[in-house]
Amino acid sequence: MGFKEILSEKKPLIVEKWLDAILNNYPADASKFFKKQKDGFRNPVGYTISTSIKGLFDEIIEDPESEKIYPYLDDIMKIKAVQDFSPSKAVQFIYLLKKIIRIELDNEITQKNLSNDLKIFEDQLDKLALLAFDIYMLCRERIFEIRVKELKNMSYRLLKRANLVRELEEQESNFAAETVLTQNIKG
Amino acid sequence: MANPKPEELAKIDYQPPKTGWMDTPTVFKPGIFPYACKPKSLETVGFPNPRQWSVKDEDWKLPPNWQEIFIEGLRERVSKYRSFRLFLDICVRCGACADKCHFFIGGGDPKNMPVLRGELLRSVYRKYCTTTGRIMGKIAGARDLTTDVLKEIWYYAFQCTECRRCSLFCPYGIDTAEITILARELLNLLGLNIEWIAGPVANCWLTGNHLGLQPHTIKDAFDMFCDDIETITGIRVTPTFNRKGAEILFVIPSGSMFADPGTFTCMGELLLLHELGLDYTWSTFASEGGDFGFFTTNEMAKRLHAKIYEEAKRLKVKWIMGGECGHMWRVWHQYHNTWYGPVDFLEEPVSPITGTKFENAKSNKTIHICEFTADLIKHGKLNFDKSRNDNLIVTFHDSCNVSRGMGMFEEPRYIIQNVCNNFYEMPPQTIREQTFCCGSGAGLNASENMESRLRGGLPRANAVKYVAKKYGVNMLACICAIDRAALPPLMDYWVPGVRVTGVHEMVANALICKGEKKRTTNLRGEPLPGMEGE
Repeated sequence: MGFKEILSEKKPLIVEKWLDAILNNYPADASKFFKKQKDGFRNPVGYTISTSIKGLFDEIIEDPESEKIYPYLDDIMKIKAVQDFSPSKAVQFIYLLKKIIRIELDNEITQKNLSNDLKIFEDQLDKLALLAFDIYMLCRERIFEIRVKELKNMSYRLLKRANLVRELEEQESNFAAETVLTQNIKG
Repeated sequence: MANPKPEELAKIDYQPPKTGWMDTPTVFKPGIFPYACKPKSLETVGFPNPRQWSVKDEDWKLPPNWQEIFIEGLRERVSKYRSFRLFLDICVRCGACADKCHFFIGGGDPKNMPVLRGELLRSVYRKYCTTTGRIMGKIAGARDLTTDVLKEIWYYAFQCTECRRCSLFCPYGIDTAEITILARELLNLLGLNIEWIAGPVANCWLTGNHLGLQPHTIKDAFDMFCDDIETITGIRVTPTFNRKGAEILFVIPSGSMFADPGTFTCMGELLLLHELGLDYTWSTFASEGGDFGFFTTNEMAKRLHAKIYEEAKRLKVKWIMGGECGHMWRVWHQYHNTWYGPVDFLEEPVSPITGTKFENAKSNKTIHICEFTADLIKHGKLNFDKSRNDNLIVTFHDSCNVSRGMGMFEEPRYIIQNVCNNFYEMPPQTIREQTFCCGSGAGLNASENMESRLRGGLPRANAVKYVAKKYGVNMLACICAIDRAALPPLMDYWVPGVRVTGVHEMVANALICKGEKKRTTNLRGEPLPGMEGE
């Protein structure tokens, strides 16, 4: 049995331990709730993380380069990007899997001499962590874009009343004549 | 700070501390708290301790006797409001409310569990207002009021949207929102407000609305709406302002006058009321249905609320109709009668079109436009071309204050189903009385606390995501101005592609008006289904 077959076989155990480790990174009360409440509408964080890591695990075994990985990572990182996590803590959940696999597959790796497979697999997880970090940054940028967009929406009609935006429309071709304010409004 | 050494970096512990809540210090995180109030906003309404301060500063520039002020304020309110005393006394910390708050569900900060949020103030109450707490201290769950404790109360009082979802599940009926309301009131005694609330309150006190719009600006905004409506429908709508002797005074939140997509709701209301030929007037004085005073103190809420009834008296209208707004209805339904008693100078609202008597409004003489429109539809007074909304696959978000606070569940749904062909409900545990808050209510829709808003809005967005995936929902309808402002960024982040609308925008789009031209676009100026090429 190869490395990937062993991973597939041990999937339920590994994913369970992985989920447990991820949710343990929340304060005790939150962790308890995220683990216990199974209704995805009453517990979107626990549910999303649990379903996403299952999908993620399948895809990593199947094809770690697959595009199908992205939505799973995206769902998790979107949540982590708005919670009390530093960037390192936000992507750390990938490294938790490394640790779990080393412990759970320790015997098999030694007995069947799979250390090289483990190394390749861990390299893939490192890449995944980098991808997770990219997504985290995209989410953070998105939050700031949303903030800017909201401020623009709030002031747009008021600025229109003040003739600032109307002026902008008329002078659209004359960039040099725009004030700093109107350039900002235009974005 | 010196750069950490590699061996120090390798020692990062990702496990959160296992200390009790009292011993876990609160870390103020940017993105979670709104900015501090400005002195001029407090001065305008005569609130105490106006000064320039910043949340990030160590020194919040409190008055020297701040502890005395806070504790006396607490004692006064505990003796004045029996409900408050009960809520502080009777909680057995069963935890039924713990996992019901959207901020806790989305963020995982234990101090956002309603029971613990309440405990922040309860511990101070025990220390200074109960014998056991005074003697036993920490063993009895009591603690000293230090600046850190005060700051912690502040941090979490402005992470509660007062949506009351937690109260729905409390076996004792404790309304934790009221604890937040009173915590904020106590903080206001020390000048500890946020600008997103204090600014609108000052504006409203001076001009009658949160945005500080003066009469000519309001008139100008409506002129533009009328121009747009004429371009789209061929009908010239002619609203009147401050008209004495009108039958009905119509009041909407000022957000609907200036911020999209609320503006389209306002245009929808304009078109509907014109089509009916209703004898009604707008007011540039009572130009705000919302009441941000409600998020400061009971007295301030009363002061700002008074303008609507003063204006109704001045204009000698018979009754009042309110537009699509959220907490306006909580104030009207749950506080008005306590403040003023039944209104004696207005008449019980009767629809001049259908003759329906709105007996539910017998006391405060005010009805919601959704009640009015649902009644019109029920009596067959409106003609619709539902196909004009066929590009919309709609779901409905129950706004906390109108649903949980007022008990209105059916009217908006009835209207939507009469003007749209595609309507799908979100899962039952996320709607009606169990609705999840938008995450930005009670004055928390500032931009600087966006992370807090996004995590608080996650449970709501998660349910929208489900119906978007399952049924292709692309429009989230609501009947609250804060929702219309707060849900678009929420959707942008969690469920891109879903837009937000007021119910009366869809009503006006489907409404067949007398003498209208062939409509090719909706109120947003977008092509109607099948009209893309025209």
